[in-house]
Parts: sequence; structure tokens; C-alpha cells
Amino acid sequence: MSKTETDTTPAADRGGPHQPLIIASGLKKHFPVRSGLLNRQTATVHAVDGVSFEVKKGETLGIVGESGCGKSTTARLLIGLIELDDGSIIFDGDKLGSDISLKELRRGVQMVFQDSYASLNPRLTILDSVAFGPKLHGLKDPAGIARNLLGRVGLDPDRFAHRYPHELSGGQRQRVNIARALAMSPRLVILDEAVSALDKSVEAQVLNLLNDLREELGLTYVFISHDLNVVRYISDRVLVMYLGEVVEVGPVESIYETQAHPYTASLFAAMPSMDPDNRTEEPPLAGDPPNPINPPSGCRFHTRCRFAEGVCASRKPKLATIGGDADHLAACHMHDAASGHSLALKEAAE
Amino acid sequence: MTLTADQADLAEPVRKAPGYWSGVFRRFLKDPVAVTCTVIVLLLILAAIFAPYLGLNDPYKASMIKRLKPIGYPGFPLGTDEQGRDMLARLIYGGRLTLFVGLVPVVLAFVFGSTLGLIAGYVGGWVNTVIMRTVDIFFAFPSVLLAIAISSALGAGIVNSLVSLTIVFIPPIARVAESATASVRSLDYIDAARASGGGALTIVRVHVLGNVLGPIFVYATSLTSVCMILAAGLSFLGIGVRPPEPEWGLMLNTLRTAIYVNPWVAALPGLMIFITSLCLNLLSDGLRSAMNVKD
Repeated sequence: MSKTETDTTPAADRGGPHQPLIIASGLKKHFPVRSGLLNRQTATVHAVDGVSFEVKKGETLGIVGESGCGKSTTARLLIGLIELDDGSIIFDGDKLGSDISLKELRRGVQMVFQDSYASLNPRLTILDSVAFGPKLHGLKDPAGIARNLLGRVGLDPDRFAHRYPHELSGGQRQRVNIARALAMSPRLVILDEAVSALDKSVEAQVLNLLNDLREELGLTYVFISHDLNVVRYISDRVLVMYLGEVVEVGPVESIYETQAHPYTASLFAAMPSMDPDNRTEEPPLAGDPPNPINPPSGCRFHTRCRFAEGVCASRKPKLATIGGDADHLAACHMHDAASGHSLALKEAAE
Repeated sequence: MTLTADQADLAEPVRKAPGYWSGVFRRFLKDPVAVTCTVIVLLLILAAIFAPYLGLNDPYKASMIKRLKPIGYPGFPLGTDEQGRDMLARLIYGGRLTLFVGLVPVVLAFVFGSTLGLIAGYVGGWVNTVIMRTVDIFFAFPSVLLAIAISSALGAGIVNSLVSLTIVFIPPIARVAESATASVRSLDYIDAARASGGGALTIVRVHVLGNVLGPIFVYATSLTSVCMILAAGLSFLGIGVRPPEPEWGLMLNTLRTAIYVNPWVAALPGLMIFITSLCLNLLSDGLRSAMNVKD
């Protein structure tokens, strides 16, 4: 594959290789619930509540969690599609709002959405859809850039460029969406359930395409999914969210081996195993997540946690390193000897 | 990287893409009903425009002895009206005013209503509330009543009936535009365009307009027939076009007294209104299906 002109001008790697590409700290988004005659705010959905993480250059951060845990909201906050209530985003050392504008951030961050059909304008040919961004930014030969990218994602521009989205299959459309995201030569691509709606075989092709593109273009991914197998395949690190909060984060192998947070453990226990000898004996997590309008006090997971004790309901656990791995963090009182949780004391005594 | 195209795709030769509107045109031509109706409407419009060159009788020339002659009377192919004026000439000349007052308010309402609806639907929030609640107030009145009320408040005359009909049609068009815009606004491709750094105006122009103008346009086309009937109604009530101007609604009004004397001639203006509005409705139906890219 030849290089396109889009990446002959790489965005300046300002912060150097050790500066994380994006640092999100204390991201908060509360949606008002309005009702009644005067449209008054009657409640607040705590969609994302103090989420902090960083994404290193060139890595893929997987974000997992149940539906409604705030994964997609986090993604939309990262790219500024919804406004932050609180918290800050630092992109390669530049703070959003003071050092770089939203517009500049969006040149560096692009997103691929879950619904491949809804994310393409049905009235535009896929060439026009892909060329929209480059045209907007006054790049030379936007159509050429678009054709090049279509070729790169595996769609022959001669045959596909002038088709409309409904003339393509789901996998082909998702390739177009990837091409569109790449048209802005971003450094970070957020993949919000980007392969979840695809057939397994097509999903594998798209995942391989994503891996190839990451290597070729030196991209960094935030990969949001509820499919733990897919996340394991593509991610370097995994972040587990529950009810708008981060409960655990760590290198993919470390988390898939030992889950420090009981929520992560039950999430992984629910993952079907290929090995009959390795079947989980643990009961799956019961019930639905609590309503994010009135999230539980203390540890938000305590209402469904087998190990919950008094301290869990009263005090919110902090995200802290567990065991010897400095990269593996979890927010659970059981790993904090000072918390007063009986299992934590036991662990400390050992 | 391998292509994931189906075998069917491989068999298909390289295709030069026709533009969106040429596709609409191509599909529209395949619909015989819609094409027939378009031809009829075009003929009516052309006849109205070129009425003076068609060698017709003077539509204003009355004759006391040739009143209410039947269809086929020598020299008067469609008979004469209650003042002995040539019905054929009056019907064709009448098309000028009738089509004018039928189309102009809808065009104006299309411009203003779409703009209001687009703003309300795209911006949302309190802007939406202000615009749409104001529109709702107009919905409280039946359209006929509203047209009559505004017209009679402004006084009789063509300009005033145009103004009143425009005001009557802005709310329904704004409503359709708002709901179409709001549903498009929530789709991911708008978010993707915003993420590409598009400003509101660019996004509306490139991504919203193409997807909402179609339904609004089709709806507005169907309103022209209603508008013609309302305009005819205003003339019928004496607050629109003034006699002796030929206008279908007005002619229907004046000929209504002759319904027992010469029913066929008396029904002619009504027939013209019926044919025109039916054709416009069928035309807008055809347009609606032609605008659907997926077929």
C-alpha cells in the first residue's frame, strides 16, 4: 500500500514519545432529566462521574463495561461532541480550552461510530462522505485523498467511490467510516463499538484492518466494546467502567489473568469459555445495573457485590495499584488494607 | 489488504455515478401517473402564461344575448357564463391568477417555514421551544378560518390574500421541517461531520438540507392544491380576487346561481380546480417516491 499524501505531513509529535497522547482527568458529565409543564430539571443522570485515564502513544486502550455505564459518553467527551461538565483533557501536552481549541483537538482525534449506516449521510456518495473533512479544511485534492483512503481500507475506489451507503454491506460501510475518520489524518481514533454490529467473519477482517492501519500510520486507538474477546485481541490496556466510574484499569494480560475488582471478575466470569474444563463456577452477576439517576453511595458496585460490607456503602474506594503491578489499578476496598474491609485485613495479615 | 466485495460486485462494471438529482429525475420518469400529471400541470401553466397568444376570445367581453350558452355553442367551445363571456377564454385566463395565488404563498411559506423549522430543529433547546410554541398557536385555528380572518383584517385584494395564505402555510411547513431536521440531527453522520470540524452552517448545507428538503418539498407540493382551493375560497367569499377578473374560485361563485340553468358550464371552474389539485397531489406523490434513493 502506498502512503497517501495525508500522512506525509504528520502532526508534530510535540510532547515526545513519553508524553501520553491524551490525558483525561476527572471527566464528568451529568445529563439533566427534564419533565413537567415547565420543563424543569427533576433529576440528573450521572453518566460519567470523575473518569480519569491516559492513553499512551501508539497503544490501544480498550474500554469495557455493561450498556449504560458511560463508555460512549466518555468517547463523545473525548472528541468534544458533548460538553464537559467538569474535568480536563490534555492532548499531547496541550490542555483543551487553553492550549488548543476544540477545532484543533478534532483534527487530532476522530471517531468511528457503531451504526455504520446512521453514520454515513445517505445522500452523499461514499467519496463525498470521506472527502468532506479534507474539503472543509481546505486540503489539496480532497477527492484524491478520499480515493486513496478508500483503497487503503480495502474498497477499490474505481468501483466503490460513487456508491451510496445503502449499496454497501455493513462491513464495507464500516470501512468507509474508518476511511472517513482517517481522512483528517488523526493521531487518536476512537472506535465506539465499531465492530459490534458486524458479522463475526467481517468483524475479524475489520479488526485486522484496524491493526494494519495502526502500524502503518502510527495511530493510537481508544477501543470501546462490550465484547471481551475482541478487546483482548486488539487492546494493550483495558479500562473497566461501571456506572460512570472507572473500577479497574491495567495491561490486558494482567487483567485477563487476575481481576482485582469483583465487578471485573463477574464481567469476565460471564464471558463464555471455549474450554469445557475451564468453565466458570461462579454465579453470573444478577440484576441490572442501578439507575444512574441515583447511583448508590460509596462504592457504586456494592449493591450487587458478593463481598460488600458496611464500608463499601459508606466510603468510595480510590483507584489504587494492586499487588506488585504498578500499571494495574483497581477501585476496591478489598485491596486497601486501611479500608477496614474484612477481606482486606486478611490479605494484609498474610 | 483484500477486497471484501461480493461476487456480484465484481461482475459489475465500473459505474459512473449520476448525481442525486439526475437519479431522482430518472426514477420520476418511470412513473407514468406522475409524468402525466406533470404534463397536465405544465400545460395549464403554459396555457395561462401564453393565454394572450392562443387566439382566444376576449375574456372580459360580455354579451347580454349569449348568456349561459351550453358547451359546444358555435364560437364558444365551452359555452358562456352568466354575462355571456367566453368560458374557455375565462378558464384559461383564470388559470393565471388561480395558479399564481396557489403557488406563490406556498413558495414563500416554503422559504420561511423551512428556515424556521431548520433553525428550530438544528439548534434545539429554547430556540426550538420559542419557534415551535409560536407555530403551535397558529395551529389552534383551522386554516380556512385563519386565512379568512387575516384576509378580512387586511382587506380584500390579491396581495392581501397572498400574505394571509403565506401566513397560513408557514406553520405546517415549519412543523414538518422541524421534525425532519430533528430526526436527522440526532444521526451519527451529523456527529461525524461535527467531529470533522464542520461549522453549523456547513453541516446544515452539506448534510442536513439534502436529507430534509425532499420531504418538505413534497409536503409543500401537496399544499399547493390546498392553497389553490383556499384562494378560490377567499375569492368565492369576496375577500380575494375582485370581479371581473377571471379566477376559478370567483367564477365558481358567480356561476353558482346558474347551476340549475346550465349545470355543466357552472361546474367547469370547479372541474379545473379539481384537476389541478389532483394532478399536483399525484405529482408530489411521484416526487416522494422518486426522491427515495433506495429504490
